[in-house]
Amino acid sequence: MKRDLYRELSWLPVAPADFKGQCRAALDSTNDFGQRIKKLSRFALNDNDLIRLAKTISSGADRGLSLSPLRPLRLGLAGNGTSEFITPAIAATAPRHGLGVTCVSAGYDQVLQECISAESSLNRFKPEVVLLALDWRTLPLRTALGDAQVARATVESTLDFFDTLRQGLRQHGASICIVQNLAAPPERAFGSLDRKLEGTLRSLIDEVNAGLSLRLRESTDILFDVAGLAETVGLANWHSPSEWNLAKLPFSQAYLPLYADHVCRLLAAQRGLSRRCLILDLDNTLWGGVIGDDGLKGIQIGQGDPAGEAYLNFQQYVLSLRERGIVLAVSSKNEDANARLPFREHADMLLREEHFAVFQANWNDKAANIQAIAETLSLGLDSLTFVDDNPFEREFVRKVLPDVAVPEMSEDPADYARTLSAAGYFEAVSFAAEDLQRANYYAQNARRATLQSLAGDIEAYLASLGMEIEFQPFNETGQARITQLINKSNQFNLTTRRYSEAEVARFQNDPQALTLQARLRDQLGDNGMISVVICRFLEAGVGEIDTWLMSCRVLGRRVEDAVLLELIAHASRRGIYKLRGLYRPTGRNKLVERHYAKLGFTQVETKEDGTTIWELDTKSIDLKAPPMVVKRIGFEAVASGMSHQECV
Amino acid sequence: MSLPPGTNLSADECQKTLQEIFRDFFDDDSLTLRPEMTAHDVEGWDSLANIRLLLTIERKFQIKFSASEVGGLHNVGDLVKLVAVKANGR
Repeated sequence: MKRDLYRELSWLPVAPADFKGQCRAALDSTNDFGQRIKKLSRFALNDNDLIRLAKTISSGADRGLSLSPLRPLRLGLAGNGTSEFITPAIAATAPRHGLGVTCVSAGYDQVLQECISAESSLNRFKPEVVLLALDWRTLPLRTALGDAQVARATVESTLDFFDTLRQGLRQHGASICIVQNLAAPPERAFGSLDRKLEGTLRSLIDEVNAGLSLRLRESTDILFDVAGLAETVGLANWHSPSEWNLAKLPFSQAYLPLYADHVCRLLAAQRGLSRRCLILDLDNTLWGGVIGDDGLKGIQIGQGDPAGEAYLNFQQYVLSLRERGIVLAVSSKNEDANARLPFREHADMLLREEHFAVFQANWNDKAANIQAIAETLSLGLDSLTFVDDNPFEREFVRKVLPDVAVPEMSEDPADYARTLSAAGYFEAVSFAAEDLQRANYYAQNARRATLQSLAGDIEAYLASLGMEIEFQPFNETGQARITQLINKSNQFNLTTRRYSEAEVARFQNDPQALTLQARLRDQLGDNGMISVVICRFLEAGVGEIDTWLMSCRVLGRRVEDAVLLELIAHASRRGIYKLRGLYRPTGRNKLVERHYAKLGFTQVETKEDGTTIWELDTKSIDLKAPPMVVKRIGFEAVASGMSHQECV
Repeated sequence: MSLPPGTNLSADECQKTLQEIFRDFFDDDSLTLRPEMTAHDVEGWDSLANIRLLLTIERKFQIKFSASEVGGLHNVGDLVKLVAVKANGR
């Protein structure tokens, strides 16, 4: 079932089943309590999870466990509704933003005394920041229908009340106030007229909110636009009459995790901990399709079709982030020249090379590339956000570089902009001319950063994915897709021989040919058919690989190794112990120039047109099987001798 | 996490599910629901916990308690009966 963006914070990964156990285990740590809490806070947590994590944090404090490297912050909460749920939610959410927050709330309905009196529990706590969370229901917003003068006076006195509270807090030591504006109830006395007529509740709230924005402009205090948040989720969803009646809850508890995240974003922004750089994948993230395979004419970007429009909309949003000073970078698995092609030559692209400070397009792992981007920009990993449509890449970067924010993305690019915005990684509490310059400061026309090798354990990650590769010979069901891949693949394609469906069918039935279609599944999903191989036994004792292609989406997972082992097994069954491979350069498949070399083949010939020929004595191969379960359908049982087998 | 609408639940199944919710909520795997049990009998079951507990139950069973229904709950037995009625009336 699709996760709700605002109720479930679906840009965050799902909490593990043993979240409760992990919280308990965290209390046994000796010197990494802060790190463990941070890790736990990065999941999507509901209200009960947040309470549990908050309890874990305070138990840890009781045991004297340090929250380092989380930065401490003392937050006071002054509100006139029930706030006891809010304080633990904030304490549990804060580690997600690098903070260790201790929170004290003022007594219900005593907000005035709590703010202005030196001896109040709030002021004695000496908060560094105070969240002023007033609810419209407990403010004296008396309606004065059609009476502009009285309405104006009501608004002014309400705004003065806010000022009194802020001043009182300032006087007693709080350095910053976060002032929450008012979320109006959806109920109307008239209808549309409520907004147009002076002195209705709706107009009064509109004017109070406008007035708050104005008054806060003159101050270093921060506006928390709860009105905007409530509008985003829908006022009718935000306000729950039954929950107010039950316990004076100011908003539906379904939005507690979201509310807490918004507060923590502001706290982090105030402390300079907001993220500053957005790193983007390219294929199926900034445009539809794969540039290396589909070419300029084949990728989807631009007006006229829904997919192209979706990617255009996302590019527009990314551009707007850059306009306010967020630094952009690219991390893509592509030939560098291919990756730059749309930016240089596609008329409909909004983003251009000069918008990016660093441009990493290569076949190396993305964590290494992201690390290099961070070093080039002199930014910490916790300043970075990485967006990629591929769950494999996302999960890998999360594992290897946990401080980089990697949002879960919808499968529909139409939702990309909304998801990235909802995640709020780039919250800011001020804006100055320097911010505009920042993105330009870094840009030297899309630099390439030098890669350092990374100590990320890719083998362990691959093993953790529970990968399963399924081999079948060519058959009727797969025919259309096989033919499509044969005619579409350009990059990971050794010979680029194009065949029609009829020719594919002929191979299927040819006793002197071995055909393979491979499908890859893992815990993150089903990748579908990702590799096609045709091997021909025309010469005595030799199997010649006529076609070997693979989807670039599964690079780096050792699928090639699994395919080779499969080829060897089938060839051996026929008494063939020598394989021959050809590489025919086409200008688009440089990626696989060394494919056979990497697999242990020896080069035996180079032709005038650049084609290279390779041979392998399969008895001498020393290749460790990759961490995947192998399934076979439609073959006769292959003799054992390989690990991880299942014959169907 | 929540049960699909249209699932018909016996009072026994409701009791079982509620017991799971209580055990997870109060972090006590040995907690056993009895009809005469009240908030006094469970550590941590204060008025705030009560609110969250009711909201959790609403979410899990996909039901909504009305104000008067909540007001009429005096013990766990009342709760189980109310949930069984509401869960089957969706």
